[in-house]
Amino acid sequence: MTEGLLLPLLVLWPLAVGLGVYALPERASAALQVLGTVVMVGLVAGVLASPEPLRAALGGWAAPLGIGLHADRLAQAMLVLTLLVYAAVLLYAQAYFAHGSELARRFWPLAWMLWAGLNAGYLSADLFNLYVALELVGLAAVGLTALTGQSTALAAALRYLLAALLASNLFLLAVVLLYASTGSLALDSIGSHPAATGSATWAAKLALALALVALALKTALAPLHFWLPAAHGNAVTPVSALLSALVLKVSLLILLRLWLEFAPVLDLALLGLLLALLGLVASVWGSVLALTQRKIKMLIAYSSVAQVGYLFLPLAWLLPGGLGAALALEATVLHLLAHGLAKAAMFLAAGVLVLSAGRDDLASLRGAVAREPLAFAALTLAGVSLIGLPPSLGFAAKWQMMQAALLADQWPWLLWLLGGTLLSAAYVFRVLRLAFLPASEAFEARAPLPQRLSLCALALALLAAFGGFGAAAFSDWLAADALLGHWGGA
Amino acid sequence: MNDWLLPLTLASSLLAGLIIFFLPERSVGWRSALNLGAAVLKLACVAAMLWGTQKGISYELRLPFLPGHELLLRADPLGLLFVTLSAVLWLLTTVYAIGYLEHSPNRSRFFGFFSLCVTATVGIALSGNLLTFFLFYELLTLATYPLVVHRGTPQVLQAGARYLAYTLGGGVVLLAAIVWLQTLVGPVEFRSGGALVALEATAGVENWMLVGIFALFIAGLGVKAAIAPLHGWLPQAMVAPAPVSALLHAVAVVKAGAFGIVRVVYEVFGIEFAHSLGVLLPLAVVASVTIVFGSLRALTQDDLKRRLAYSTVSQVSYIVLGVALFGPAGTIGGLVHLVHQGIMKITLFFCAGNYAETLGVHRISQMAGIGQRMPWTTAAFTIGALGMIGVPPVAGFISKWYLGLGAIEAGLGWVLAVLLFSSLLNAAYFLPILRLAWFEAPPPSWPYEAHADHAAHAAHATHATHQSHPAHALPTVADVAAPPPRTGDAAPLLLLPTLCAAALALLAGLAAGVPLSPLDWVRFITATEYLP
Repeated sequence: MTEGLLLPLLVLWPLAVGLGVYALPERASAALQVLGTVVMVGLVAGVLASPEPLRAALGGWAAPLGIGLHADRLAQAMLVLTLLVYAAVLLYAQAYFAHGSELARRFWPLAWMLWAGLNAGYLSADLFNLYVALELVGLAAVGLTALTGQSTALAAALRYLLAALLASNLFLLAVVLLYASTGSLALDSIGSHPAATGSATWAAKLALALALVALALKTALAPLHFWLPAAHGNAVTPVSALLSALVLKVSLLILLRLWLEFAPVLDLALLGLLLALLGLVASVWGSVLALTQRKIKMLIAYSSVAQVGYLFLPLAWLLPGGLGAALALEATVLHLLAHGLAKAAMFLAAGVLVLSAGRDDLASLRGAVAREPLAFAALTLAGVSLIGLPPSLGFAAKWQMMQAALLADQWPWLLWLLGGTLLSAAYVFRVLRLAFLPASEAFEARAPLPQRLSLCALALALLAAFGGFGAAAFSDWLAADALLGHWGGA
Repeated sequence: MNDWLLPLTLASSLLAGLIIFFLPERSVGWRSALNLGAAVLKLACVAAMLWGTQKGISYELRLPFLPGHELLLRADPLGLLFVTLSAVLWLLTTVYAIGYLEHSPNRSRFFGFFSLCVTATVGIALSGNLLTFFLFYELLTLATYPLVVHRGTPQVLQAGARYLAYTLGGGVVLLAAIVWLQTLVGPVEFRSGGALVALEATAGVENWMLVGIFALFIAGLGVKAAIAPLHGWLPQAMVAPAPVSALLHAVAVVKAGAFGIVRVVYEVFGIEFAHSLGVLLPLAVVASVTIVFGSLRALTQDDLKRRLAYSTVSQVSYIVLGVALFGPAGTIGGLVHLVHQGIMKITLFFCAGNYAETLGVHRISQMAGIGQRMPWTTAAFTIGALGMIGVPPVAGFISKWYLGLGAIEAGLGWVLAVLLFSSLLNAAYFLPILRLAWFEAPPPSWPYEAHADHAAHAAHATHATHQSHPAHALPTVADVAAPPPRTGDAAPLLLLPTLCAAALALLAGLAAGVPLSPLDWVRFITATEYLP
């Protein structure tokens, strides 16, 4: 019975902590957050320890009406990523915000609410819950973006809000359409429902199209990325890390789930190609714009636009009967984790440099690099993963993608992956070369920053840079073949 | 103990490097002790493995990595050849670098990356499969970039950007070759006589694919090996401090490329199989063109390090040429030149550094009579230069002798002509320097002595504020603070490694017939590659 509580608690506990943090005075709230994080570690460990993927039906109602939660391997991987990133970001934020700052008071409750929404997004087994989770994530994220109340942040938040609302409504429309035609909202059976497979597939197709657009908008796949750079680049640093590492990923995970569900019954080959091509455009466009940015956080934000592109590439081969489908799924998940860790590390490290220099344009950061060597080390290691050099997690993802492409006999994609490596290297080294420039005059000496800031970034960066060594074990654990099991022998 | 030798060989410099990063700038003693201790420890490990290999002990270490692909370290004869070379030369370069950078800023950063760089080189030597090789090959790129741009002037950063563009580009091409090959035939482990021959899966693969993969391999590795037209980064990178040039040209980068080509030809494709694919002749042509091209370009350079850089372009392709000559003599010539070129070229770059550091001499036209002022350095330079030309008994003669034999053995008479012509060119660009240095009268004053504002430069460098004086950007080399006014030859810490390297170059030639000389070891390797 305790096991049955694990999954609901993963959503409800962060929500409760968020409320507590909002209500309690500063000192008590800090203690509560430590407790909250420790409990989350326990909950996630409990989910991982379970021999069978856990399922839970809230309130005892089963599908099609109930609130079902399901922790498969995909969800478990995301839970762990989220836990790691949150642990680092919360620790970082404790040192980042000044004592008693108004910013911090607004940040903590929203961050915990976001955590609840993310976990709900990973775990939900039915479409309506997913919609609710997406709304929760969206609202918390928009709130976090607007945290500083400065005009640039507000403008970015407003644009983000509009994009998020549009996406949510499209997604809701898709959910309604599916419910009307199939009478079910359960994620794991909707694809096999007669209405989806039978003669009246138009409703299913339309619903899928709407949902894909909504999720692509939330994941910022070019050309729907217009809201991302300003929102991520102008947010407070801990927020930038959360948004890029996690918020972009939850919508992608949902997209992936829908894809896996519908791929066996609808012919998605062309759609996969289209999404992969958009991914290509995104990775080139994002990289080129990253090359032209003056501010370090904007550069990193545009890098997200580019990196998200790679997440859509494997959809070209993630088709039933396709050789390399399992590899493609594995590659997507690996890239998701790699980008999550590396990008969070990068934002956190960049935040340290910006604090140290007091300014955020690249040229002013020279010298800050020498004063914060650990932050710079984090930036370097995260960069290694972003470029995709061995032994990073990013390399493992790229390697699997290339193998999948070759197995599927689609070697032209290889050129993109290899060329993309060079583009990423070009913008990453725009940052790294700062270490070798003489200090600029604009740089003033300040009191040294707490080491903890750099260490949080470094911890995530180390995971990203050396995660490749765990790729073989991860692949066994993920068992992508089993995840595709319901595709049958197609 | 035996299980620990392999990881310890890598860890000795890796850990030293990581600790050095965090040492304060002032702790010269600790840093030097760590550097030298690691270098000596690594040398001891390598010696122990050489001894063990002779006794028939095999060293192997497997770690899980990517799905279906392991990380494999193995001390085989070919790897030991390269690892011995880099371990010995690293020790010399460490001593030299400690002397060279005595007063310059950012030494902890420099020596940290310096150690990482050697770790990568050792990893390349000891890699047992393609994936492991690639890992260290890319690490080498990353670790050398900070060394190249160490001084941080605009000119240096430009050279660094070029270096990165070339080497990362090469890395990407190499990755393409590795992925393509392994998707076709599965994981490839290096193996005497060629891995592909032993793999069943090769049977179903069409020849044009294998030829394409071979071409990608050569193109990817050829960037670091500076095969024309992929050599563009090398002459530019000579703006780096002298110990780094020594590292680039003799110990690590260029050698890694050449060594990779050796691995691919002999232990991935197999020399017999490569011969039957018909890829060796094109490789020989490319190498020959590079040999002549490099020598011709070297003729016209007045900057000493630039001339040496083009000489490297030419000399490294001797290795590639030897590899491409089908027959044991060619193999011996190519492999032994891997060692000989390293020793001789490091001697020459040490000398160039000594001239620049002691007297501020960067150009050949400034070298008149320098032999009278710095006789020891110039003697070392003479040995290196004569070796490059191929004058017996210096090591270079042995290489050229076997390469010539190999050309005859392979039935390629024109290669012999290339070798002779190139030796003439070698003589044409080295002998005038020797004449100038020994037989001309020295100028009334040397550049450093005339260089009144040098001390001011040094002050700027230490405070890292020379941004405000763009007009004062340093000339070419001299990553230095004010040198103590010296009257004699170079400082002892610079002179000692230079003389050691020169002695090694001489010894490798004189004692070529002795067991465990480079030539002896190379004969042993060659025997394994051609067995049926």
